[in-house]
Amino acid sequence: MMDPFSLTFMDVFRFATHIGLAHFLLLAAVLFAIGLFGLLTRRGLIPALMCVELMLNAVNLNLVAFNRYLPMPDLSGQLMALFSIAVGAAEVAVGVALAFRVYRDRATVNLDDLDHLKG
Amino acid sequence: MNDLLSLVHSLVNGGMDMAVEMGAPDLILAGIFYALAGVAVLSAVGVVLCRNVVHSALLLTASFIGTGCLYIYLDADFMGAVQFLVYGGAVAILIVMALMLTRRDDMDHSNPSRGLFHQVGAAVVAGGFLLTMGLAALLSPFREAPASPGDSAAGLADLMLTKYVLPFEVAAILLLIAMIGAIILAKGADEA
Repeated sequence: MMDPFSLTFMDVFRFATHIGLAHFLLLAAVLFAIGLFGLLTRRGLIPALMCVELMLNAVNLNLVAFNRYLPMPDLSGQLMALFSIAVGAAEVAVGVALAFRVYRDRATVNLDDLDHLKG
Repeated sequence: MNDLLSLVHSLVNGGMDMAVEMGAPDLILAGIFYALAGVAVLSAVGVVLCRNVVHSALLLTASFIGTGCLYIYLDADFMGAVQFLVYGGAVAILIVMALMLTRRDDMDHSNPSRGLFHQVGAAVVAGGFLLTMGLAALLSPFREAPASPGDSAAGLADLMLTKYVLPFEVAAILLLIAMIGAIILAKGADEA
């Protein structure tokens, strides 16, 4: 627990040079936020899929970092990340097949044009 | 000659001790972390901002490889290898294949973005998320443990075939279903 009001330069320097769990959590949060921003702003189906992959990747990084830095008796965290990678691979395979199907049926992969279910 | 060698040896050893005392290993580890994190984050930014979607796909692969190197930094060698093979290899190739199959005429503007209003909204959502997560990561008290030495591949194999054997089988079935589903989706139910 850090008190934000009594931080000196040396504290910040020590925090910046001693890599711990917080650094990896921050990095994963940055990667997830970039993916979220991309998912909300891209118009294409496949760029949106790529941003989802970025977000998945950030979550996997969290799992592995927790496993490394918290007192864990075994490698369960890494195994969770491994299962998450398997599910992510399945997701991207189905997503790419769906994108291909949508392109063949509608001749577009622009998300704004895929509004046929709109009332 | 021997005197000279021993002098050099003692100088090097003294320098090493001094470097260890001043925290040089930590500095080097921190430098490696920031370099890898920089690769991962900057290529992720590139994925979102590139106008050409093929460049986005390339930078996505770079981001995956940066994350895989960070797994190795975290003593998770096997996870790093899996990351390189699955994400850096298979997923990257799948995405490039999908780009090729759904090609438009003009590749230079193939990654269009929404309008400014949407972008500001998305930036607010992503920034709010980042702020919440950053505060949570910085202010939570973590009880950190030293690294437990050990072979990560052997440890994962032990867990996977004993305690987590059911999830392992379910993951195998999920991959099979995804493969069949992808084939049927791509070819059409009547053709496949």
